[in-house]
Amino acid sequence: MIDLQPLWLSLRLSLVTTGILLLVSLPLAYWLAYSRTRLKVVAETIVSLPMVLPPSVLGFYLLLAFSPSYTFGKFLDQYLNIRLVFTFPGLVIASVFYSLPFMVNPLLSGFRSLPPALKEASHTLGKSTVTTLIKILLPNIRPSLLTGIVLSFAHTIGEFGVVLMIGGNIPGQTRVASLAIYDEVQSMNYPMANLYSLILLVLSFSILLSVYLINQRSNKANPLP
Amino acid sequence: MTTNLLQFRATKMLHTAQGRQQLDISFELEEGKLLSICGPSGAGKTTVLRIIAGLTDPDSGHIAIDGDIWVDTTHKINLPARKRSIGFVFQDFALFPHLTVKENLEYALSKGEDPKMVTELIEWMELTSLRDKRPALLSGGQQQRVALARAIARKPQLLLLDEPLSALDDEMRGKLQDYIIRAHRHYNLTTILVSHHLPEIFRLSDEVICLDKGQIVKQGKPADIFLEEKLSSKFKVTGEIISIVKSDIVFVVSVLCANTVVKVIATAAEAAGLQTGQIVMVASKAFNPIILKME
Repeated sequence: MIDLQPLWLSLRLSLVTTGILLLVSLPLAYWLAYSRTRLKVVAETIVSLPMVLPPSVLGFYLLLAFSPSYTFGKFLDQYLNIRLVFTFPGLVIASVFYSLPFMVNPLLSGFRSLPPALKEASHTLGKSTVTTLIKILLPNIRPSLLTGIVLSFAHTIGEFGVVLMIGGNIPGQTRVASLAIYDEVQSMNYPMANLYSLILLVLSFSILLSVYLINQRSNKANPLP
Repeated sequence: MTTNLLQFRATKMLHTAQGRQQLDISFELEEGKLLSICGPSGAGKTTVLRIIAGLTDPDSGHIAIDGDIWVDTTHKINLPARKRSIGFVFQDFALFPHLTVKENLEYALSKGEDPKMVTELIEWMELTSLRDKRPALLSGGQQQRVALARAIARKPQLLLLDEPLSALDDEMRGKLQDYIIRAHRHYNLTTILVSHHLPEIFRLSDEVICLDKGQIVKQGKPADIFLEEKLSSKFKVTGEIISIVKSDIVFVVSVLCANTVVKVIATAAEAAGLQTGQIVMVASKAFNPIILKME
């Protein structure tokens, strides 16, 4: 009988991570798109770093940071009573770092593709930055928003290196689907590994397919000038 | 008594195709007047408009409107665009693509404001049949009307038009000039128009400022600026020469003034200095209309 817990855990992790990413990435992408400070090149590089960095490198440094043996982890442990290593909240934080470029970059290119006059027109009509973002900019970058949400969700589901380093493969707590597959293969249980793999494959395919279908339809319905 | 609504003084380093040049301009504008800013591209026309609107920051300057200070760089005052009472019509209109015509106009209202203004503007600008359409389905002229209506819906102290008619053909241009004049008068607006189209400037403006390389090179009434000599004529209209035809010993020059073609007799010597496409002024002294070359 298949143990569904790793799948549920993967889904939960992806949902929570995507939700947090959305809140973090919107202001970040807005700042990267419109700020004129020179610092933003550095910020953009840092945001995109997880795309090229081996996940084990990111996992390793997060492990050091979260570990109660070192300053930051000790501070969290002693003063806030939070332990991030080998726990679900730790996995979420690591996943947010790891999937950050997959949310920020689509939003950023969405903002950059809009004519600057749209934002300026809204300001000349007396509307604040927040109103402009919610009522004018976001509705016009809906396809980018959707792409960002789906890519971060799918990317988090597919995580392996980072969750292994930070989560430590504890059943029911940090043993997500990708780790479960690895375990099954290690113990030569190929049919079970295949079942997990197939479920992830079908899930990823249907998510991506629906995004492309929705984007295709909305592009036809609302061609941008 | 007339009062100066707008006092403008600003400097800004411009980075144009011709290299760096310093914009350094100051002028004043009376309430209810329509001022045109003209000049070659890269002269700084649009920058002046954007500085007034708060979309571009000047390097130094002072802008006051009706006693309120919008910009004062010596006291580090720079009111953000959203707090300035302006209506801005962008060159490419900048209509919100996801909103209908009516929603575009409603967006301009402040919170809790009576939507009556929108209904009135829609009727007044003859947009009733288009009110539920999205901008992508409208023609250039229709989009321009929506952009103008949206800018007015905010009841601005100052209406700023950035070459709003440059994307339109001549017939549409003429019609939309009518809308601009009517709106300017009906809502008692003070308007600044950036344009490089001479007949348009003649037709619409009370005052003209000509810019070149970031400086004011000419300033005054349109007729004073564009005509080489002043005339004490009975009437003057400006237009574009559409044909010069020899008829016996004289030439018949056809001039398109607004939407009418005026035919004027010219002698061979007069006709020699004229060519089709030229902007001219047709003026009548006591009896016969005479025709004069403009810039």
